Amino acid sequence: MFSRILVANRGEIALRVIRACKEMGIEAVAVYSEADRGARYLDLADAAICIGPAAAAQSYLNIARIISAAEVADVDAIHPGYGFLAENAHFAEVCRSCNIEFIGPSVEAMNLLGDKVRARDVAKRVKIYTIPGSSAALESEEDALRLAHEIGYPVIVKAAAGGGGRGMRIAHNDISLTQAVRQGRAEAEAAFKDGRVYLEKYLEGARHVEVQILGDRHGTVLHFWERDCTLQRRHQKLVEESPSPGISPRTREKLCDAAVRLAQAAGYYGAGTCEFLLDRHETFYLLEVNARIQVEHPVTEMVTGIDLVEWQIRVAAGEALRMKQRDVPQNGHAIECRINAEDCSNGFRPCPGRLDKFRIPGGPGVRVDTHCYDGWTIGPQYDSMIAKVIVHRPNRRAAIATMRRALAEFQTEGVKTTVPLHQQIIANPDFISGKVDTGWVERMLQKKP
Amino acid sequence: MGDRKQPEDGGGAGRTNSGRVDVEAIRQLLELMSQHDLAELEIEQEDLAVRLRKAGAAAAPAAVPPAPAQPAAPAVPESGAGAPAEDLPTIKSPMVGTFYTASGPDAEAFVEVGDQVTEESVVCVIEAMKVFNEIRAEMSGTIEKIFVRNAQAVEFGQPLFAVRPD
Repeated sequence: MFSRILVANRGEIALRVIRACKEMGIEAVAVYSEADRGARYLDLADAAICIGPAAAAQSYLNIARIISAAEVADVDAIHPGYGFLAENAHFAEVCRSCNIEFIGPSVEAMNLLGDKVRARDVAKRVKIYTIPGSSAALESEEDALRLAHEIGYPVIVKAAAGGGGRGMRIAHNDISLTQAVRQGRAEAEAAFKDGRVYLEKYLEGARHVEVQILGDRHGTVLHFWERDCTLQRRHQKLVEESPSPGISPRTREKLCDAAVRLAQAAGYYGAGTCEFLLDRHETFYLLEVNARIQVEHPVTEMVTGIDLVEWQIRVAAGEALRMKQRDVPQNGHAIECRINAEDCSNGFRPCPGRLDKFRIPGGPGVRVDTHCYDGWTIGPQYDSMIAKVIVHRPNRRAAIATMRRALAEFQTEGVKTTVPLHQQIIANPDFISGKVDTGWVERMLQKKP
Repeated sequence: MGDRKQPEDGGGAGRTNSGRVDVEAIRQLLELMSQHDLAELEIEQEDLAVRLRKAGAAAAPAAVPPAPAQPAAPAVPESGAGAPAEDLPTIKSPMVGTFYTASGPDAEAFVEVGDQVTEESVVCVIEAMKVFNEIRAEMSGTIEKIFVRNAQAVEFGQPLFAVRPD
């Protein structure tokens, strides 16, 4: 087992990894940029090293600085968290070539699954439907138009190197498609240094359901059930829950089985998530595979009782998964709300600023994952998520009631947050009856006066 | 996880009418300075007069990084020995790595206290990922103090030398 791990991330996920290390008796070394100097979660690490100025390119995204820190601190392994370098295969390679273990999958698996086009090929091989679309990156705008006519509008243009809901454009006709391809290419080149885009049929009225998987280095892959992440705004998840209220037990079984087959075909070890879109008939299509721990992992931790970050570390250290598939429970119901520092009444404009007041909920069934506190200043340089409020109760009705209480207890001053939006969602009859789809949040927002 | 103590950078004088220093107000002003990249800030209100001036050219206000918890093992960069006694500009580390005073174990140190330096003078090397990076003074003056030891791990922004400008 590792004796010292460097946490190559910031904020709530860095805190999450530090906590896992502490429970396992592993020393945690944090890194931080000047924007995060003084953050309280750094005090919980055994050591904290400043690696650069606020800009992510010179700090959290800077491989050289992170590796330097790992070397001066003499760590055995690096945990990349999510975002930043978590799915950067080159970073994983550099770590391992410096004799520092990268807590994540193999470089091969990352390359295979991180490339959305190649991932679709793997899915086809194990007989998982992928959304009708291009089997390779689009060669030209004519290529896109021809394909769109074959599969039928509406279609969505996506970046092959993208992920996390960024860089996607929906097109309903030839003109908007031509524009979408042109702009999509330019954006992808700028954001990911890879201008390849591909095309997919855009499924309207769909549900987004993903499966958590965990593989060890001895060939075992297990699933840890599903999470329903249908409630999104601009492809960013707002609310996640498990079990999914919108699928039958049979579909659940097939989804989880498909995820395991896919992970095995990719030789996957570590934590990962297979994301699917389901149409009205509960036919599911692979969306993408995320080769990292995800933001919404606490939902799965609550219903299964498994500490996913702990198991990421164990798997990376070479341990075999100790449980059998039949030992993985799905107990009760968990819901997570992602709270952002954004102004709901003003186009969700990000609201950096000082948290004069930050009172988080507690009590039975409530877990809050956050790095924020009274007096912390949220800077403009990183994403706007400030907390995840997770509830876990014996059933969905009770979980919703507890979430309603928890959101009412959540009080902030100094920045605007999306708590009011979540309160609206949780109280909405469609949400309560489980009748939502990926376009639901945006339709609900448009209806507001 | 206690509150930060007195601000440690720049000169500062904040006096209330009662003669006591309002640390919280000064801390908030320091944040403002940092956010807006100000070198100097002077405020006078009926109950508070403050003048704050940054030491050195670097953007970050805090000269002393939060002290890491007392690790038994990891050779993490030690915090600088405290802000310069006087208000002198400092040469700060531009990277994370290991600080060396000379180009080799038997070589003479690049600089010692009392030496004159120009902008181009090499004052030390910092090793990162097996690459030795020569660090230049980028200011001219006299080396007044050296804050770190040979072979010490340093972090980004850590003060290395205090320089008395010409």
